[in-house]
Amino acid sequence: MFEVPSVADLNVAASLPVTLLALGACVFLLVDLFIPQDRKYITAGLAAGGMLVALVLALLMWGDVIELRDGDTAFSELFIADTMTHVVNIVVLITGLLGVLVAYNYLERTKIQRGEYYYLILFTTTGVMLMGGANDLAVVFVALELLSIPLYILSGFRWPQEESEESAMKYFLLGAFASSFLVYGIALIYGATGTTSLPGIWEAVNDIVAEDAASKYLLLLGSGLALVGLGFKVAAVPFHMWTPDVYQGAPTSVVAYMSVAAKVGGFAALIRVLVAGMPNFVLDGETVAAWQDTVWLVAALTMLLGNIVAIAQTELKRLLAYSSIAHAGYILIAVAAAGTASVADEAVRAVMIYLMAYAFTNVGAFAVVIALEKDDATNTGLDSVRGLARTNPLLAAAMTVFMLSLTGIPLTSGFVGKWFVFKAALSADLVPVAVIGVVTSLVSAFYYLRVVWLMYFEDGESEASTPWPLASAIGISVAGTLLLGFVPYLLSEMTNDITLAFGG
Amino acid sequence: MLSDYGPVAVLLLISVVVGFLVLFMSRLFGPYRPTARKLAPYESGMQPYGQAIRRIPVKFYRVAVLFILFDIEVIFFLPWAVIFRDLGLYGLAVMGVFFFVLTAGFVYEWKLGGLEWD
Repeated sequence: MFEVPSVADLNVAASLPVTLLALGACVFLLVDLFIPQDRKYITAGLAAGGMLVALVLALLMWGDVIELRDGDTAFSELFIADTMTHVVNIVVLITGLLGVLVAYNYLERTKIQRGEYYYLILFTTTGVMLMGGANDLAVVFVALELLSIPLYILSGFRWPQEESEESAMKYFLLGAFASSFLVYGIALIYGATGTTSLPGIWEAVNDIVAEDAASKYLLLLGSGLALVGLGFKVAAVPFHMWTPDVYQGAPTSVVAYMSVAAKVGGFAALIRVLVAGMPNFVLDGETVAAWQDTVWLVAALTMLLGNIVAIAQTELKRLLAYSSIAHAGYILIAVAAAGTASVADEAVRAVMIYLMAYAFTNVGAFAVVIALEKDDATNTGLDSVRGLARTNPLLAAAMTVFMLSLTGIPLTSGFVGKWFVFKAALSADLVPVAVIGVVTSLVSAFYYLRVVWLMYFEDGESEASTPWPLASAIGISVAGTLLLGFVPYLLSEMTNDITLAFGG
Repeated sequence: MLSDYGPVAVLLLISVVVGFLVLFMSRLFGPYRPTARKLAPYESGMQPYGQAIRRIPVKFYRVAVLFILFDIEVIFFLPWAVIFRDLGLYGLAVMGVFFFVLTAGFVYEWKLGGLEWD
């Protein structure tokens, strides 16, 4: 007989930031209906306020100021609130706040100011936060859909402009296709282990490896399909085709947000499924997890293709799209490194450090593109930054910081992220892929620094509009990029408590 | 482990056999005097002529989606209503969350004019 749990057993307190934000999104959805078109700043303010409250809660929970008395799992162990959950929450909520800041004036002047924008951002953020705390494959899937579906809508937000519609359609069709891969993977993993709960899978994998049962092939296939589905979300080669087209067509403020949020969600899911669920899935006398080789191969391909194709781009948004593919590759190195049991925790920390560093830098870079963009969504080519240093020196300086950080020059957050990732790779004896990472970073310097060159040493009449929310978002991004670059201690301290091992 | 799925295979076999039996039983035992009218896909009603792909007002889809919304609501509410005394406060809380999300979506559609036909 089914034992009816009491409401207190749900332990809602452990999931407070994400439940609060989900509730807020539903309420703001209704409140926005009564806000007239010329006062949409109220919706924007409400959304930002909601995320700020959730951010404070997440910080308090991370700092153990709020103690969880009833353990850290909620909803019958479907949700887990460990340090990784809190760090994912912090990263994505900061991204969401910056996303609202860069969006308001941009939506206003491009005439697509609608209240839906803000709570769709809230829903996506909720999805990513749920992903960070997923303790069950069913939750992974629901969270993935919750983070993807609002993004499909947001990409088409500038309808009836054709580029935006095209971008939404491409993203939706390919995204739905990728989701089905994930579901099939989940089904096969369930078939092999008999459970969807991640701790349960961990134990079942132990048995499968110990007995050398035939269901290991089922598990191999399942984890591979899950990797395909999640690889699409983080834009890893060979599932990257959608990225440049979607980023180019979607409104730039959406891209600024989604390029980071979707990556955070995708990597949180990869870590939960592969590193938390089946790090002990070892085949035939190997010492590392069975999925490690595949992941590092994908990482190497992603870095090579992303960085090399980015050289040929003349469109700023496409260039940043390929750069975001390349960065997915760098983060995947750390995911691969997590397949070596002794390095797992260090590698997961490296992933979170990289994402935190990347969040500030990438939102900032897209915010500069927003400042340059004309009201009709043109002027996002490389030419648009020509001579920016003379017409708007502060903006040019900010863009320089972002470009240096994306390259990975020391004293910027990008360097700190890469340093931890490569360190994890070396600890896991993945020397070739670390070498590819370093070499492609050098290649990437060419196209990142070309932007800097265009701004400072070429003539042109570059114009930019920076209203205060956008300016403050750029300011916060610069501050974050430099602060984390100068004081890497902050990042390593933030992620210090992340451990994922269930049994060992 | 594969043998666990044996009953499923048996069920599959039985359902195929029963399906064919139902189809051909009347043909085997009943009288059979076909006419042109009887062989038409629909004995009464309009002739199914024309292209299968044609333009249909998007309004129908909206109603269909709304129908699914309430369909699912009923699917969840009926079993809950049967045993809601056993589920107690827990059941009420969980159903409350479900109902809140559902209502939020419904109010949103109503206020935006999704229920107006024109």
